[in-house]
Amino acid sequence: MNVIESGIGELIQPPDMDAFREWNRKKHKALVDKRMSEQEAVSRFIHDGDYIGTELYGTVRCPMSLTREIVRQGKKDLRIAGQGVLELDLLLAAGLVKKIDLTYIGLEVYGVSNALRRAVESGQVESVVEWSNGAITWRFKAAAMGVPFIPVRSMLGTDTLKYSAAKVVECPFTGQKVCLLPALILDVGIIHVHRADKYGNAQIDGISGFAFELARASKHLIITTEEIVSEEEIRRYPDRTIIPYYLVDAVVEAPFGSHPGEMCYLYERDEEAIQEWVEASKTAEGAQAYLERYVYGVKNHQEYLELIGQERLEHLKAIVKGRG
Amino acid sequence: MAEEYNPTELLICIAARLMEDNTTAFIGTGIPMLAASLAQKMHAPNLIPIFEFGGTGGSLEDLPLAVGEARTFYKAVAASGICDIMETAARGFIEYGFLGGAQIDPYGNLNSTVIGDHKQPRARLPGSGGANDVGSLCWRTIAIMRHDRRRFVEKVDFITTPGYLTGPGAREAAGLPPGTGPYRVVTNLCVLGFDEATKRMKLLALNPGVTLEQVIENTGFELVIPEHIGHNEPPTAEELRILREEVDPNRLYI
Repeated sequence: MNVIESGIGELIQPPDMDAFREWNRKKHKALVDKRMSEQEAVSRFIHDGDYIGTELYGTVRCPMSLTREIVRQGKKDLRIAGQGVLELDLLLAAGLVKKIDLTYIGLEVYGVSNALRRAVESGQVESVVEWSNGAITWRFKAAAMGVPFIPVRSMLGTDTLKYSAAKVVECPFTGQKVCLLPALILDVGIIHVHRADKYGNAQIDGISGFAFELARASKHLIITTEEIVSEEEIRRYPDRTIIPYYLVDAVVEAPFGSHPGEMCYLYERDEEAIQEWVEASKTAEGAQAYLERYVYGVKNHQEYLELIGQERLEHLKAIVKGRG
Repeated sequence: MAEEYNPTELLICIAARLMEDNTTAFIGTGIPMLAASLAQKMHAPNLIPIFEFGGTGGSLEDLPLAVGEARTFYKAVAASGICDIMETAARGFIEYGFLGGAQIDPYGNLNSTVIGDHKQPRARLPGSGGANDVGSLCWRTIAIMRHDRRRFVEKVDFITTPGYLTGPGAREAAGLPPGTGPYRVVTNLCVLGFDEATKRMKLLALNPGVTLEQVIENTGFELVIPEHIGHNEPPTAEELRILREEVDPNRLYI
């Protein structure tokens, strides 16, 4: 195939599909209890320099309790796949990110991410490689398919492609130009779900974002869940289990694990808490003070929830909108 | 005597009028959400809003604050995931796509990635997000922009999202699907389209009280100015009532 153009961005995590197959073959398939705390999951499965990915994003079904634990343990030189809001902001503010495959890091209605601005404009982040949201997800999809790349029709003709690690080739069937995206295999994927059993069979309500693809593109997978339910309960609705247990290494019970973000049908986003980060993150000192209070200053997720307060959490449950 | 309104309300009303009933529209955070909600409540009850993380055909009764949150799939026809949505666009199912950005050039190319050099940017912006996919794959894109010379520039610092790239035929030459591209640019001053022959931005209609000179003065490149320039109608009393009482009663955006 004739390569017409190559992005100049670094291929941060080169795909090795045969090694991934070997890895998956060796992965334990026994039904063992994988329940553990955030502390244990992070210390066992996340290492300095790892390439990690989180799902969904920031204010929506996001593994925030686990993100705070990563910051607490100071796992550094992380390489990340960046579709994020609050979660990646915390990692950036704590100075833990070395390289980013970036699609969007911002605060949505509240504008740009000042944590990203500081980390990139100062040169603290060594490598920033551009992608579209579709592209990042299709890269996970390629890994999930077990193929080294996937052809798409996004990114063509733009600087997004030029500063990515994608390639443009002539399609061998049609002769048209197509963009090839390299598969992206994560060292560790982290997904927050509505319910899982102790083995890791996991179910999500509402939109599934890119959980299906990310789960299948991860060598290690940590599931945090609003509740642990029985295996019997899970097996009653197998059609809803988008993540089977053998993909999963750790199951962490984390009620309000997405706070200050939302969990559809369970609790609303905590606007006040989100705005607190928006304000605090405007300066490096403010961000640091926020981390002191909400991350380093509490031992674990339980203490974090106590700091937020039961009354406020109950309110977020009370105002959630149902299925209509 | 027409009712008073603010510039955001005008933008929303003009964008809403562009959305037809029984069509699909890829919706992002902010003004497009309000415009889609207003259109659903006015002339387009079966406008199908599509949100990138999976919400399809929802009823925008409450305003979402994020493109993945529960309000994007309230009473929806489907709640899937990002691959399904982007692939729906790639298959040609999504008619309109709404975009924004820090800079736009005469060909409708948009920048939401960096101001200055990519390696050492003066300002690091959020990045493409779904914008590049929308600009590549939807049939007709509508950019919503504040109109000033810092934003309307001859050359964007970074092409995040493709417009007509360098002009006629450039999208097709790059491999993008034929027949796609920028359709309208809606600003606080006017509505712009694109010249058929040159693919450069062309003035279509002025907003109430805005002069041609004001538009030219606030645009950092030469616009195509047609012989006949239209005028956008101010928001009607009905549009304003629905917008204020039903679309955004808590005044989150307006």
